[in-house]
Amino acid sequence: MEKHHISSYTSHGIVLTVLLTLTALSVTIAELHLGAISVAVALLVASIKGTTVLTYFMHLKYESTFFKVMVAGVFAMYALIIIFTFFDYIFR
Amino acid sequence: MSTSETHAQVSYLEHQGKYKGILGWLTSTDHKRIALLYMYSMLVFFSVSAILGLLMTIEKAAPGQDIMTAQQYNGFFTIHGVIMIFIIVIPGLAAVFGNFALPIMIGARDVAFPKLNLFSWYLYIIGAILGVLSQFAGDGPPDTGWTFYVPYSAESSTNVIFALTAAFVLGFSSILTGLNFIVTIHRMRAPGMTFFKMPLFPWSLYATAWIQLLATPIIGITLLMVIAERVLHIGFFDPALGGDPVLFQHLFWIYSHPAVYIMILPAMGVVTEIFPTFSQKPVFGYGAIAISSLAIAFVGYFVWGHHMFTSGISYWSRWFFSFLTFIVAIPSAIKVFNWVSTMYGGSIDMKPPLLYAISFIFLFMIGGFTGLTLGSLATNIQLHDTSFVVAHFHYIIFGGMGFAFFAGIHYWYPKIYGRMYSNRWAYIGWGFLFTGFNLLYFPQFIIGIQGMPRRYFDYLPEFQWGHFLSLIGAIILLSGFIIMVSNLIYHRRKGAIAPANPWKGVTLEWQIPSPPPVENFDEIPTITRKPYFFGKD
Repeated sequence: MEKHHISSYTSHGIVLTVLLTLTALSVTIAELHLGAISVAVALLVASIKGTTVLTYFMHLKYESTFFKVMVAGVFAMYALIIIFTFFDYIFR
Repeated sequence: MSTSETHAQVSYLEHQGKYKGILGWLTSTDHKRIALLYMYSMLVFFSVSAILGLLMTIEKAAPGQDIMTAQQYNGFFTIHGVIMIFIIVIPGLAAVFGNFALPIMIGARDVAFPKLNLFSWYLYIIGAILGVLSQFAGDGPPDTGWTFYVPYSAESSTNVIFALTAAFVLGFSSILTGLNFIVTIHRMRAPGMTFFKMPLFPWSLYATAWIQLLATPIIGITLLMVIAERVLHIGFFDPALGGDPVLFQHLFWIYSHPAVYIMILPAMGVVTEIFPTFSQKPVFGYGAIAISSLAIAFVGYFVWGHHMFTSGISYWSRWFFSFLTFIVAIPSAIKVFNWVSTMYGGSIDMKPPLLYAISFIFLFMIGGFTGLTLGSLATNIQLHDTSFVVAHFHYIIFGGMGFAFFAGIHYWYPKIYGRMYSNRWAYIGWGFLFTGFNLLYFPQFIIGIQGMPRRYFDYLPEFQWGHFLSLIGAIILLSGFIIMVSNLIYHRRKGAIAPANPWKGVTLEWQIPSPPPVENFDEIPTITRKPYFFGKD
């Protein structure tokens, strides 16, 4: 039987605040016109948001190392796909 | 071992749930019934798409306009591609044989999420109907080809949005099936069945499911971006709006190349079950086959650029993607060597499933080697967008996935229906299919090398011999398909009663009655040894 984990309202509130702050940051960055690195910065912020949701809302924090490694592997693979795509743009 | 004589439960075909008749099937969450729902749906859509393919071949039997206009031809090859790729080959083997055999082969009573499984089928049907409707609704059949390349797909006045939405919905179905299989394999294996005691078909489904789960969302978003560009004029891909058309090709092939592995990995899994059974010998190199499935799935993610060598991508990208394309051939070759080595020294029984499986190797190897020709930078420029490419991917998709499907249905038919088909008619059907297939597609290699472009409605007279041979091949192929399907349909009720284990197989599905009971097992078995143990190692 799986263990049930009940997160506190405080924890939910903090995560919500972090996510809203990061969203505001994404919008701000989009207006800064950072040129070639704007997509990289936007993806970095989005990755932090995704990791926060996975860790707290989706309870990855309580899972075994095996599942954490699998999720990390998925992140790494998407990162590689994005790097290979932009590799083309840089050298074109 | 349980047998049909001693079993307590009623078979899944006879089981009476809350509803009777067709409603009982449409509301059933039994993985075996859902597998058959997929199979029957695919048979209908495949027949429609095959007829479209035949009509295109008739049109091209002679130069000039014969039975359709150029615009109709564009619509035909688009919907033929959309149906075959998104409705048949991508979901095909995983949805049918994966659903039917996976839970049984790992000793489970069903998949992890049975209701989600049924929901996936409904999504599949909605997407498939949308795809077919795109031919009739709106401003005419879409004419972009199944690849929906921008800028044309963002500008075409035809009914592109309908087809894009169809592919988007079908993608959701694929994601949910993949998710279901991953959780099923992780959580529901029988006691004692470690990953390395699991049969190799589930291994191939596991690798496939990861691709379905991770790659499909990318195409979903990409198709939505095209819709947004058409409707809202957001500049993702149109240079005039600040977009980049090559970005579409990147995003499209990031999914659509791994999609080739979504369909070929389960095909490899099916034949990997067949070779040991009909050789009565453990599979050669179990670990190598299992790991090569994962290697193909992983490396297969990073070869998408080989579809874009002539699209203006950078020199280093071309070099890099060409290199990785050659690398991905290695795990595929490992599997081929292992299949052949499995048969070596075995007690070979050339029943129809084995005949189809050997044909799979032959056709897949032709498709694979010609793939390397296309993956090589210099020859790619000569062959790009010629009928050589058409022949290559039909050898992979139809020769690979199609013949593996035929192998699979002949292998598991006695288990699915509890009846035996006629071997004689199965052999005759195979003869027509194999001959027709090669006659249809092999000439396309030759006229492709000579310069016959793909997707062309008309052509120069020197290419006519190839197109004419293709038409004869198409007719023989279709005859073979009709013979094969008729044999299977007729013996569904008239065939001899199948024993629980007609092929002397050793995996779990052969240890339960034919057809299986509703919950597969009276008691979940405990696994103590490796999957391909024929009593002699």
